[in-house]
Amino acid sequence: MASASAKKIRPKYLNLPALLFEIRLPVPGWVSILHRISGALLFFPFTAWLLYLLDTSLRSEQGFQYVKDHYLALPAVKLGMLLLIWAFCHHFCAGIRYLLLDLDIGIDLRSARITGWIVILLGLAMTAVLGARLW
Amino acid sequence: MVKRLVVGAHYGLRDWLAQRVTAAFIAVYAVLAAGVVLKHQPLTYVAWRELFAQGWMRVATLLFAVSLVWHTWVGVRDILMDYIKPDGLRFALQVMVLLVLAGYLAWAVQILFR
Repeated sequence: MASASAKKIRPKYLNLPALLFEIRLPVPGWVSILHRISGALLFFPFTAWLLYLLDTSLRSEQGFQYVKDHYLALPAVKLGMLLLIWAFCHHFCAGIRYLLLDLDIGIDLRSARITGWIVILLGLAMTAVLGARLW
Repeated sequence: MVKRLVVGAHYGLRDWLAQRVTAAFIAVYAVLAAGVVLKHQPLTYVAWRELFAQGWMRVATLLFAVSLVWHTWVGVRDILMDYIKPDGLRFALQVMVLLVLAGYLAWAVQILFR
């Protein structure tokens, strides 16, 4: 017992290398931080981007054709769209998981880890299916 | 039985509930909108414009925009409260977020009702 505690350096401070390489988040933790990151990205810049696309595409026939045939064909735009789609899909799936957790559904550790994996994989699968339509 | 004296203006419960109610509306709208767009493939300008010319679509989209802005405010405020410790900086960022959200809403109204 004494030797086990002697090996570890305590107290442990949170710094960037520790966050990136030493602290291993459990799956529900990954779902949570990705929910935050995707939410922040959806606030900015993705909402502004979608408003720009809606504005341009509804303004005139030329605008619609420009968005459809030219703008959405640009590789950088496609990559950005892919990230937008992933952010929405992950936020959507993780959000439904949190609503279920609020109702005490899937609250035990085993279920929480399983549904965590489901959210991460389903978010990626939805991104693949919807993103494939861009190409 | 624990008797608790609940004080304050219940901001927490109101925001918590609003975040969830708006989330449900956003989710339903997003699924329906995605379904409509995928059904109309390949999408033409006429079909796209006529979709947003209908009264119910404008109202639904406006409700969606309001839900999105409200939901975003609760979420981004949570993020700022968690990570930005200096009060002045956090306040400034919160004001900026509110201005951006008000701008989004105004832009959405402009697109929908021009």
